[in-house]
Amino acid sequence: MSSDRKTVIDAKGIVKKFNIGKENELEILHGIDIKVYEGEFVSIVGTSGSGKSTLMNILGLLDKPTEGEYVLDGTDVSAARDDELSHIRNQKIGFVFQTYNLVARTSALKNVELPMLYAGMSSRARREKAEKLLEIVDMKERKDHTPDELSGGQKQRVAIARSLGNSPSIILADEPTGALDSKTGRIIMDLFHRLNEEQGITIVLITHSNELAEETERVLTLKDGNIIGERKGANYGFGKYKTGAYGACG
Amino acid sequence: MVLENIKLALTALAANKLRTLLTMLGIIIGIASVIAIMTVGNAMNNNMQDSMNDLGINNVTVFLTTKTDDNNESSYNVRKIKDSDYFSLELLNELKEKYKGKIDGVSLKQEIGSMKVKDKKKYANITLLGVNRTAFNQSKVKIMAGRSLNSDDYVNATNVVLVSDKYVDSIYDGDTESALGKPLEVVIGNNYYTYTIVGVYEYQEKTGMFSVGGSVKDIQTEAYVPVLTAMHQNKDNKHIEEFEVVVSAGEDPDATAEELREWLNGVKYKNNDAYEAYVYSLKAEAEQVQGMLNTLRFAFMGIGAISLLVGGIGVMNIMIVSVTERTREIGTRKALGATNGYIRLQFITEAVVVCALGGIIGIILGLGMGIGVSSLLQCKGMPSVSGIVGCVLFSMAFGVFFGYYPANKAAKLNPIEALRYE
Repeated sequence: MSSDRKTVIDAKGIVKKFNIGKENELEILHGIDIKVYEGEFVSIVGTSGSGKSTLMNILGLLDKPTEGEYVLDGTDVSAARDDELSHIRNQKIGFVFQTYNLVARTSALKNVELPMLYAGMSSRARREKAEKLLEIVDMKERKDHTPDELSGGQKQRVAIARSLGNSPSIILADEPTGALDSKTGRIIMDLFHRLNEEQGITIVLITHSNELAEETERVLTLKDGNIIGERKGANYGFGKYKTGAYGACG
Repeated sequence: MVLENIKLALTALAANKLRTLLTMLGIIIGIASVIAIMTVGNAMNNNMQDSMNDLGINNVTVFLTTKTDDNNESSYNVRKIKDSDYFSLELLNELKEKYKGKIDGVSLKQEIGSMKVKDKKKYANITLLGVNRTAFNQSKVKIMAGRSLNSDDYVNATNVVLVSDKYVDSIYDGDTESALGKPLEVVIGNNYYTYTIVGVYEYQEKTGMFSVGGSVKDIQTEAYVPVLTAMHQNKDNKHIEEFEVVVSAGEDPDATAEELREWLNGVKYKNNDAYEAYVYSLKAEAEQVQGMLNTLRFAFMGIGAISLLVGGIGVMNIMIVSVTERTREIGTRKALGATNGYIRLQFITEAVVVCALGGIIGIILGLGMGIGVSSLLQCKGMPSVSGIVGCVLFSMAFGVFFGYYPANKAAKLNPIEALRYE
């Protein structure tokens, strides 16, 4: 966490309130400060109700904070308009969802192309890059398969390839292994590690599992809308992770 | 982007073919009926035009009728007609002089009768028709052998006749040369008449509303003799009860008809106690019929338009359902960077594609129906290309209109809520 590294996420004093001005006004986030540096593998751990979905939505530019500043990869996005946010999301953020969220009846290849389509890339450039990305996640042979022809783990791999299309500043993964068995989950986590170590991709992992969080470089604990702790991941870099017990190393 | 959206739309539509077809049904029926009406309407129009041209649309017809009393009812107890009541050749000549600049001539036809001419086993059906020069020219008959009627025939009322090639086929086995110079003999009542064939003309089948079916052998063709010949033959043919005035091009037939009406009834038949001239212009009649047909056309097209409206509502309905079904997908797309505009474009494209497809199917169906009905009515017609293109564009515009609300709904979805949607 040296200070001369570039900050990708620089969020200060993030407050989020719902139903403002009404009887049932609710403050979910109470002033959160988060810094994520380039190349880090960070996790945010919290139980349900801790506000981690809300925080993720704000970090992912799907929602705007009620108060606070948010600078994403050098751009102040606090006051950006909807269309601008769409564009920044497209360029700088790669989403990986718990439920994959691939487009049905569409091939894996076309799914991976999607963010690049919205970025205005030409048809051929998209296709070539998508094929490369599918190769990175080991899904090249199934590029023409539709989501209903793929297993959970395969779908998640396609989703990860999709998230890399526009070379984003950050991957936001929301419970990426939540719907997978431990063996498949292991494969996905290994993929994240590989992308982080070999390609220097910055990853923010949102999870409720402390065990999983220990694998990451830095762990931020979220409780009741506040960051209550920050620590180094206990199992981070502890040899290469092998397929086997989920979350265990060695 | 537009191309991608079109491909996307086609994929989405193909995913549920039955639903897509049912959605398109309203559009298909609407467009099909509009195109069919247009086709039949055009055919009937062309038909009418052809028939009019055959009859001579610039002509004013005059015929003798009994005078109506003040209540515009014709009296049934009118006195028997006298020679002096009829139109006369002198009257026609006077008319020709008086209106020399405005009319091209007066056409006079006196039908002698229809009969079957027999030669041993062969036979032909003819209508013996006395014509003056103007009437003959109006018929636009083409001589293919021998000669036409000439001044000598018209003035001196010679006993010559022009027969059709069909007549020659029937009686002379198509040998035109041997037909020329031969007699044509008929018996009318107790009288026997003979004419010499001096020319053969090419029979033109009548198009349009006056076409008659029947086999080739039984076809009834005209045999033309000079009108004076016909009139001199017997008393019955002597009287002129009807004639046509050929109005010059550039003159208004209706106005000319009015003038003739004034002169004939105001001057010539003013003092006649029982009879007068009835003058009408074909053009006015034609316009009336035209008007009625047009009203009918628009009525049917109105029905077609209603069907289109219902179809459009159906499209909108299904699009709303489709948007709801794909809420999650829309949320994902937005998360990945699709702007509101992109989402709106995606769904409007889908609506336009459905409507355009429905429109094209409707056009094909409509053309089929239209051509089918037209041929049943023995008319020929095709809708204009601009009409077809117009229909396609119209159905696409329909898609934009009826797709707008659902597309907007999709565009305005909140991505967070959309992603949570089950």
